[in-house]
Amino acid sequence: MPSQPTPDLSPQVSDEVRKTTCYMCACRCGINVHMKGGRVAYIEGNRDHPVNRGVLCAKGSAGIMQHNSPARLRAPLKRVGPRGSGKFREITWEEALQTAVDWLKPLRDTAPEKLAFFTGRDQSQSFTGWWAQAFGTPNWAAHGGFCSVNMAAAGIYTMGGAFWEFGQPDWDRTKLFILFGVAEDHDSNPIKMGLGKLKARGARVIGVNPIRSGYNAIADDWVSITPGTDGLFILSLVHELLRAGKIDLGYLVRYTNAPYLVNAADGPEKGLFLRDDAGKPMVRDRATGQAVAWDTPGISPDLGAGVEIGGVSHLPVFRHLADRYLAPEYAPEQVSDRCGVPAVRIRAIAAEIARVAFDEEITIDQPWTDFRGVKHDKMVGRPVTMHAMRGISAHSNGFQTARALHMLQILIGSVETPGGFRFKPPYPKPPEAHPRPHAGHNPGQPLDGPHLGYPLGPEHLLLDDAGQPKRIDKAFSWDAPMSAHGLMHMVISNAHAGDPYPIDTLFLYMANMAWNSSMNTSAVMDMLTDQNEDGSYKIPRIIYSDAYSSEMVAFADLVLPDTTYLERHDCISLLDRPICEADALADSIRWPVVAPDRDVRPFQTTLLELGARLGLPGMVREDGSAAYKDYADYITTHERRPGVGPLAGFRGNGDGKGRGAPNPDQIARYIENGGFWIDHIPAEAQFYKPWNAAYQDWAVERGIYDSPQPYVFNLYSEPMRKFQLAAEGHGDRQPPDHLRARLRETMDPLPIWYPTFTDAATDPDEFPLHALTQRPMAHYHSWGSQNAWLRQIHGHTPLYVSGEIWAKHGFQPGDWAILTSPHGRITLPVLRMDALNGRTVWTWNAVAKRRGAWALDEQAPEATKSQLLNHLIHELLPPKGDGLRWANSDPVTGQAAWYDLRVRIEKAPAGQSLAYPDTGQQDSPVPPAPRNLAHQV
Amino acid sequence: MTTLPTKTDRKLGLVIDLDTCVGCHACVISCKGWNTQNYGAPLSDMDAYGAEPEGTFLNRVHSFEVTREQAPPMVVHFPKSCLHCDNAPCVTVCPTGASYKRTEDGIVLVNESACIGCGLCAWACPYGAREMDGAEKVMKKCTLCVDRIYNENLPEEDREPACVRTCPAGARHFGDLSDPDSDVSQLVAAREGFDLMPEQGTQPVNKYLPPRARDSLDMPDLASLCDPAPEATGFLGWLDRALEKL
Repeated sequence: MPSQPTPDLSPQVSDEVRKTTCYMCACRCGINVHMKGGRVAYIEGNRDHPVNRGVLCAKGSAGIMQHNSPARLRAPLKRVGPRGSGKFREITWEEALQTAVDWLKPLRDTAPEKLAFFTGRDQSQSFTGWWAQAFGTPNWAAHGGFCSVNMAAAGIYTMGGAFWEFGQPDWDRTKLFILFGVAEDHDSNPIKMGLGKLKARGARVIGVNPIRSGYNAIADDWVSITPGTDGLFILSLVHELLRAGKIDLGYLVRYTNAPYLVNAADGPEKGLFLRDDAGKPMVRDRATGQAVAWDTPGISPDLGAGVEIGGVSHLPVFRHLADRYLAPEYAPEQVSDRCGVPAVRIRAIAAEIARVAFDEEITIDQPWTDFRGVKHDKMVGRPVTMHAMRGISAHSNGFQTARALHMLQILIGSVETPGGFRFKPPYPKPPEAHPRPHAGHNPGQPLDGPHLGYPLGPEHLLLDDAGQPKRIDKAFSWDAPMSAHGLMHMVISNAHAGDPYPIDTLFLYMANMAWNSSMNTSAVMDMLTDQNEDGSYKIPRIIYSDAYSSEMVAFADLVLPDTTYLERHDCISLLDRPICEADALADSIRWPVVAPDRDVRPFQTTLLELGARLGLPGMVREDGSAAYKDYADYITTHERRPGVGPLAGFRGNGDGKGRGAPNPDQIARYIENGGFWIDHIPAEAQFYKPWNAAYQDWAVERGIYDSPQPYVFNLYSEPMRKFQLAAEGHGDRQPPDHLRARLRETMDPLPIWYPTFTDAATDPDEFPLHALTQRPMAHYHSWGSQNAWLRQIHGHTPLYVSGEIWAKHGFQPGDWAILTSPHGRITLPVLRMDALNGRTVWTWNAVAKRRGAWALDEQAPEATKSQLLNHLIHELLPPKGDGLRWANSDPVTGQAAWYDLRVRIEKAPAGQSLAYPDTGQQDSPVPPAPRNLAHQV
Repeated sequence: MTTLPTKTDRKLGLVIDLDTCVGCHACVISCKGWNTQNYGAPLSDMDAYGAEPEGTFLNRVHSFEVTREQAPPMVVHFPKSCLHCDNAPCVTVCPTGASYKRTEDGIVLVNESACIGCGLCAWACPYGAREMDGAEKVMKKCTLCVDRIYNENLPEEDREPACVRTCPAGARHFGDLSDPDSDVSQLVAAREGFDLMPEQGTQPVNKYLPPRARDSLDMPDLASLCDPAPEATGFLGWLDRALEKL
């Protein structure tokens, strides 16, 4: 045998490794960026990082191609052609900044509300919100309204936290995991790592999703639920658990408002809690039969019997709950058809939840003390966990469905117990501990408080004296009273209509609102280009900041080019959307591992510069000079409260945790530490966080709260009842008559299910199918499909249909389908997939591209063989004949109801080879992409 | 024609768990990134931003649907790369000796300086695990990250293939399959790991772990698990007694 070749087995991998934070999706994993000769050569996961422990998804590893993308903008742009044409000239930063100041300064001086500033998937919302507050406009929010506000708000109102950033399953201990309709790009690596742990020890995974792809493919059991019926399925599980008595009564008595007595006397207090003179909710003490304050020491609160006062019987919350869900309408047989799930499966899943929760109880020998001062010698847990995201929340019944899911978790006593769902600091945080929304604006003045928050009743709505919404997106109005994240998806249509008032400048950051981030994309493009009779635009000015040549860029008048994520500072802050773990406080940074090679600037630095030029409070010194040199300077020196700033680690002299004076070396310390900071919660404080005295004290020490904030979970939501009372005619602040019935129904203080508004209004013969989009695991929004590596994984959008639909319409390989909704029509290629709910078709989200965008070839399959379902979805429901147009949103939070879509399908005529509708073409403000790549550094 | 070693000292390879793979393509892109910078020519992307992009990948994930008689359909994600066969037809078919199997660890490699780009090896491989690079016109294939697993410039813990290091779900395992005591051999034994297409006689080193049984949850009616079921005595009576015991 000839001698073998001797390849180099120990090549030099890199000159240097720079550790920063990924931004290929919102997951925020730690990455090691390998540098060669000053260039980025290779990206891998950081093994020390709490989020990803060394692993990295396809997007993360493909970050190098995002960083080198030919679609990167090169310099500030000023529009020279009509909007949407993509015709720009490159201008200097001085001209760009002065133009923006010339537009914005008069607004601030006369009518600050005429600036609408909305940001997309950025992770600097505590910063952009602070800037908007200083400017004085009430019109600011980020993208939560069209993403998952139902999930977030239902979680906060019910238990002081929800999924993802708020909390996570106890992956190391849980024995049964139920995943509801998740978006697979959300929390993506932690969920995959968690699933891997469950699989390695043989724990059961149940997937509840109309589509068996991704995580659902590896689920041991798959529930092919019909879209929009998750809430009904969950309430049927609750019915079964109650029927069998498989609920944790001790947990309910100690940690929830289940024993609170509900006022049954007719009048303005009906349905509110019975309170003592000090305002404390009361419970019935089983020992005395008397109503006493809920936290009276030594009592044993009742869950069944109530008290009679003045001939009226006031029953505890739990009694109302049991009466409702034990009703036969929630029996598995009754819900089976609507859910598309056999009754026997519902019963089996309920039984498995009960078996694992109560027969496989977990005990940790760790003493702890609760907020009442009662000592416990161990921590007992119920190892059943659940997770959900947009699949259940992007429906017009999503808020109540998410509430139902949290109620289920609470009834079995699994939240914040070992093996169960665990909060991540700074959560738990009940609605009362969050701010209220603010919209008080005056010329030349900052806003009167933070924009977003959690209303506790009609008194916190943002309405003017005439009852009209104060915000352009109508958040916190009767249309969407608990719209905690704002309604970004309504901004363009409201601004175009001048309803509730016209605006002057629309300022967007990192939100592709002319394309995949808007419902009704074609119409939105029309609104952005629509003109008055004098030729001026209906939306007079549009400023946009993005790093890439996206569709939205073409619709802007002024473009402020951002850097890539490897070229700038960021902080993933506790004030914002932190990266904490259930047993640790953590935050992290990005830092410029390479300098930009184009005339671009980090958006946050640009915003600070604008703030300084506008003289905004907090952004200028007394002598008028800029208060912050750049965003890094802000991150280091800004204090939101004394001693509390954007980064919690290495404060003061470097030892400060959570609290401490600004430390000029803070960013250097983060870099030295791998780009993040972590501080573990003491063992006695790791579970039962809302009620654990040690946790509450630790949280105060770390600056999370300024005083302990123990609370009980809200099975029954009193704030919702207050809105419902208003709808019944009580109180000064009254909803408009046309909304009364809907508010009465949907503001139910106990979780309910109702058909989605679209389902309720749709003729099932005319539009028999549900249509969904999923985001591929290997992409994130529109960023992924411009990436040279990732677009080879998912490069077009076939419509997946079941074998039954395939046969019924006589589809053949290579065929195209016409998909029609009550609002519009699209064509796209069709493929067969049988692992589908039979009433559902689906395709990939945000792969489709407008011709000329993202530096892709005009013939790229993203433009020719791909389509957005967005064209089929109107932001309003079809007319009902009452003269009104109702929002296609959740009535509680205003969340965009993307997944309510109903369609019919037909086979497209032979010869179809281009996706319809044609949205035209935009000139590219960047040079053509290179043809071939062979990227070796 | 090139000869195979009669035996190798070790059999390094991958064990891929089809029960756990979620089909996320992390391994595909991590492999692409590492191997674009290392071993031989970079992995090119032809028409990278065009109508028909076609890049070289050493590892790809395919998804298959399995329809079943009495149970819901399954979806199986199936990552596929070179299986480093003991009886590798891609080696024996090579006219120049460029394809070879290493005697020390059994890794099958292509010596690019001897590769004439004839493509015979790709035809001979029954798994379709080799790809001709569009720019360089040399044959590319999985190297099992031979330049990572022995790389003294990497920390010890990182001396494993890039695809294994990055896999978020932990569905990929690397080790010596000739050693019955190794973790990977133990895993194969415990989970009934199997050879891909054994009828081809290639004797692949890589193994796959099959998906566990799906949709088999079979529970008795919940109320029958309870003693006594609240239904028997009325819910409020049950509640009262249960609260009394707290």
